[in-house]
Amino acid sequence: MADLKLTDIAKTYGGTVEVLKHIDLDIKEGELIVFVGPSGCGKSTLLRMIAGLEKITSGTLEIDGQVVNDVPPAQRGIAMVFQSYALYPHMTVRENMSFALKLAKKSASEIEEAVNKAAQILQLEEYLDRLPKALSGGQRQRVAIGRSIVRDPKVYLFDEPLSNLDAALRVATRIEIAQLKESMPESTMIYVTHDQVEAMTLASRIVVLANKGIAQVGTPLELYERPENEFVAQFIGSPSMNLLAGEIIETGTQTVVTLDGGGTVTSAVPTRDNEKGLRVNVGVRPEDMLETTGDDYLFEGKVNFTEALGEVTLLYFNKVGDNDAVIGKLPGVHAGLRGKSVRMKAEPEKVQVFHNGKSLYYR
Amino acid sequence: MHPAAQGLLTIFLGVGGCIAYFYFSNQFLDKVLFPAKGEHAGRNINRANMVRPWLFLFPAIFALGLYLAYPVFATLWYSLTDRDQGGAFVGLANYRQMFDDPKFWEAVQNNMLWLLVVPAASTAFGLLAAQLTDRIKWGSIAKSLIFMPMAISFVGASVIFKLIYDTRPVGQSQIGVLNAVWLQFDGGVGSFLILRLVPGLLMICAAAAALYVAWGMVQKALVGKGGGLATALRGVGTLLLAGIAFAALALAFGAFTKTYAYGVPQTWLTIPGWNSFFLMIVLIWIQTGFAMVILSAALRGIPEETVEAAIVDGANPFQVFFKIKMPQISGTIVVVWTTITLVVLKVFDIVFAMTNGQWETQVLANYMYDKLFRANDWGLGSASAMIIMLLVSPILIWNVYNARKEMR
Repeated sequence: MADLKLTDIAKTYGGTVEVLKHIDLDIKEGELIVFVGPSGCGKSTLLRMIAGLEKITSGTLEIDGQVVNDVPPAQRGIAMVFQSYALYPHMTVRENMSFALKLAKKSASEIEEAVNKAAQILQLEEYLDRLPKALSGGQRQRVAIGRSIVRDPKVYLFDEPLSNLDAALRVATRIEIAQLKESMPESTMIYVTHDQVEAMTLASRIVVLANKGIAQVGTPLELYERPENEFVAQFIGSPSMNLLAGEIIETGTQTVVTLDGGGTVTSAVPTRDNEKGLRVNVGVRPEDMLETTGDDYLFEGKVNFTEALGEVTLLYFNKVGDNDAVIGKLPGVHAGLRGKSVRMKAEPEKVQVFHNGKSLYYR
Repeated sequence: MHPAAQGLLTIFLGVGGCIAYFYFSNQFLDKVLFPAKGEHAGRNINRANMVRPWLFLFPAIFALGLYLAYPVFATLWYSLTDRDQGGAFVGLANYRQMFDDPKFWEAVQNNMLWLLVVPAASTAFGLLAAQLTDRIKWGSIAKSLIFMPMAISFVGASVIFKLIYDTRPVGQSQIGVLNAVWLQFDGGVGSFLILRLVPGLLMICAAAAALYVAWGMVQKALVGKGGGLATALRGVGTLLLAGIAFAALALAFGAFTKTYAYGVPQTWLTIPGWNSFFLMIVLIWIQTGFAMVILSAALRGIPEETVEAAIVDGANPFQVFFKIKMPQISGTIVVVWTTITLVVLKVFDIVFAMTNGQWETQVLANYMYDKLFRANDWGLGSASAMIIMLLVSPILIWNVYNARKEMR
């Protein structure tokens, strides 16, 4: 129910240790924004600054057009779900959920109504009088979410809420969160995770954080199909995108690159005439590599190792030159490829071209 | 032999004896009694392992039995006999005589007062110190200073406080800090503020707080929440709080109306009613450090995220402390409280060293010592020892129960 605007936000610890800088971000009402990034990239710190649990070193944070840098957390209209759930162990589920409302001096009937409604949404009705220690992990997580819902906040903040759950429960709870978001289309949510699958499935937009700043903001598919830089290209997707060094030999609406490994590839990324001869990295996702026998290949290598996952087979090629080991992902089972030399090609639309780490598509 | 050499020899023999005992008893078990060879090797190893814990436990069990369990029964027997009649059995005569002794009831009354004041004050100050020094850079320095009295023996602390309470005749300069401060008051504005207004207002506030809590209890009792037992307990609590409020108001009245002897050095330890509190301060001074260390560790153990969740939920620092932190360490608070209660019930050294039970400061342990070693009346002394044990035991059991629950 609120817009957020982050302007040039920075965070420094003790005056010297810089964690985040130049964070500019516009979040629209009703969006579910996911912060992802490698561990230590400051994604939780950014969330905690929005929550008001960390001081903002410089820059401004606006919620609904009002600067809230110095507004205490409770008055920002936010609610937060913590990684460890942070339920109050000495209070029953009902008391946990009504604590904030009691502090806000709401009437007993109002509290009762809000708690019952949240309990109904989250199917917690029969557990209302239990203590947190008598609940399973998934139930505790739902109580933590319920504690946010009762406050009817403008912005929901989730700090890696699923990382303490086992794999099966994580999928189930992820779907519950997606459904919860659908049932409250006007509420804004910010979700921190290091799990790409959560990011791809939940987000209306993903914010990738790296090197103290924002690497790219976009919808999940934008990030997957058109990464702005090599970092995002390799961070999103698993296994990560192959990068192959080469040189541009033909420019225009389509670009042709000869690769150091011997192959050539055509990319749908347009280039300018004066860029002929430019050293670039070509990016191709493992799942976009196709087996070929023709001379129009981008990569030829000996399969060092295979992993058969049933639906797909992963091919690990021998290292060539300075490149990282190339990985191919072929649909179906290809047991016999190990030890053989294989040629791979890719469709022009699936080939990215990076120069100095930046995609030539964006400029 | 030189005493230092004797000491060294004792240490050598004691420690060497312990090592020798464990080494040779285990050797005997493994090599002679159940050797791990021959046709029963497996069975012998199992048996040796079943016996081994008892080898290690034996010295402790033996010493505890000899110095703790046996004396309990011996004391119980002595309390039923009379030394003057050559140790003849006299039934409960000693107890009857003790119950007729006003000094005994004075000791019981004082012990109850100590029991109410010292554990409460030590735990409260300890909790306050633990919370205030938590997550502060110089907090550890403050903590070390507050903890330091723990390293001083009760007698040593008593000597320090005897100097603080010391009195010299009028005209000489006072070496006692308390009298030195007291002589600064002259009945002027400062004296009015510090001796009348501040304590008077404090007492009125205390009375108001007690009445407020009592009123809350009455309201809850009227709703009838929690059933009959809870209502009865609330009734008792309300009466107790009303009594405390009345006492506080009386003290406030006293603070405003009492005539103070300005300029006259006071012999603090001879003022009946107050001197017990002066003695209690010594124990509070010592025990606050203990309470602080334990409670500080407990506060550290509270998950930080629950505190942050409470802040996001809109709790102010006081609400975070009383509604989130305190309930989470309530188990530890109970353990600290009961542990100090045990120390208080056995308090002896402080009273012995400072007043020796004169001027209405007698306590049970000192009463026992009086009868047992000064009056040489083993019957009466043992009877009072049994009373102390009766008072300590239930609290001790509760304490152990709580401590074990905490560890789980």
